[in-house]
Amino acid sequence: MCDHCGCDQNDHFHVHPGPGAGAGHAHHHHDPVHSHHEHAHAADADWHAHRAQDGTVSWHRHVANDPQPILAANQREAERNREAFQARGIVALNLVSSPGSGKTTLLRATLERLQARVGCAVVVGDLETQADAEALRPSGAPVVQITTGTVCHLDARMVAAAVDTLPKDGVRLLFIENVGNLVCPASFDLGEAHRIVLLATTEGENKPLKYPPIFHGARAVVITKTDLTEPAGFQLEQARHAIAQVAPQAEIFELSSRTGAGLDAWIAFLDRLLVAHGP
Amino acid sequence: MHEVAISEALLEQLASLVEQHGWSRLRRVWVRLGLLSGVVPEALEFAFSAMSPGTPAAGAELVLETEPGYFDCAVCGELELDRVDFTCPQCGGPLQLVRAGRELFVSGVEPMDP
Repeated sequence: MCDHCGCDQNDHFHVHPGPGAGAGHAHHHHDPVHSHHEHAHAADADWHAHRAQDGTVSWHRHVANDPQPILAANQREAERNREAFQARGIVALNLVSSPGSGKTTLLRATLERLQARVGCAVVVGDLETQADAEALRPSGAPVVQITTGTVCHLDARMVAAAVDTLPKDGVRLLFIENVGNLVCPASFDLGEAHRIVLLATTEGENKPLKYPPIFHGARAVVITKTDLTEPAGFQLEQARHAIAQVAPQAEIFELSSRTGAGLDAWIAFLDRLLVAHGP
Repeated sequence: MHEVAISEALLEQLASLVEQHGWSRLRRVWVRLGLLSGVVPEALEFAFSAMSPGTPAAGAELVLETEPGYFDCAVCGELELDRVDFTCPQCGGPLQLVRAGRELFVSGVEPMDP
């Protein structure tokens, strides 16, 4: 990932030398970003003029010699979380989906099968209520509820504060159940090892094409409520195809948390992640 | 509507830039958006205009620059698009997303001061 702007690529940022650093500078663009106006650059500074198509010249200082991502504060906090998780041997998963896709039900079924042999913990975000935390507590796993009020996503700072309240030892697998929302959580790195997206059969096959930022880069996509595939008229093949268009690297799981069908493959996947992330 | 949180972070960043350089106000602000930044340009514009009064960016023009993404069509090959689209504009076939950025950063500012 690009260190300068936090994007997924490495070859597009501006590099402007600071004052006294000598003449010239390098530009790396995916495309001519300022194609709407010409550039002229002073050799010893990162100020430069823009000449617009109407001929007016304006000076501005590109801040791109130290381009600050707008969400830099969240990114820093996310990296701190990531380091802390690694140091403690925790594999953190960011579970995202629309409201009602079955995140909590999947977690309940997962904890039932896993908690006895793998230390799990859950951080769960909702606008209001402790309902999800209450639903998960019988599993015996430590559960922290974050109520965000009106905020439509979890951010790295909220997760850090919640994780602080978890037991210091014995947690190997941390499930972060994000606020049910396919848009906003895509912009906020929480420091997780992997993002997992859930898609219920009741939602339709085209969700990945409609919400690409959240699906793209997902480690896995879990198609939930497969017991409702037929009544919902859900076309599994079409859904698999849509996922491959947006997130070709994602592993796809198809399961019903209610009947248990397909859960073994999901649990085996979690075990593989634990092995891949060390002892 | 996480654009409110993004606008808040943007305005904080602009205020600190203005302070750092001893400027008073900003005339224009350029923000670069990756195709997968998850930001709806209109929502960010709206949040910025609603939240900037009282800050050094009050009244500043917000210029959003979208970085294109790369898509693959089995028939037409790789295509560069400045919007997310899974239908090939040339042949109508399905497209696969190859890569697109999530970047979201201030690429330039123009102060009011000379």
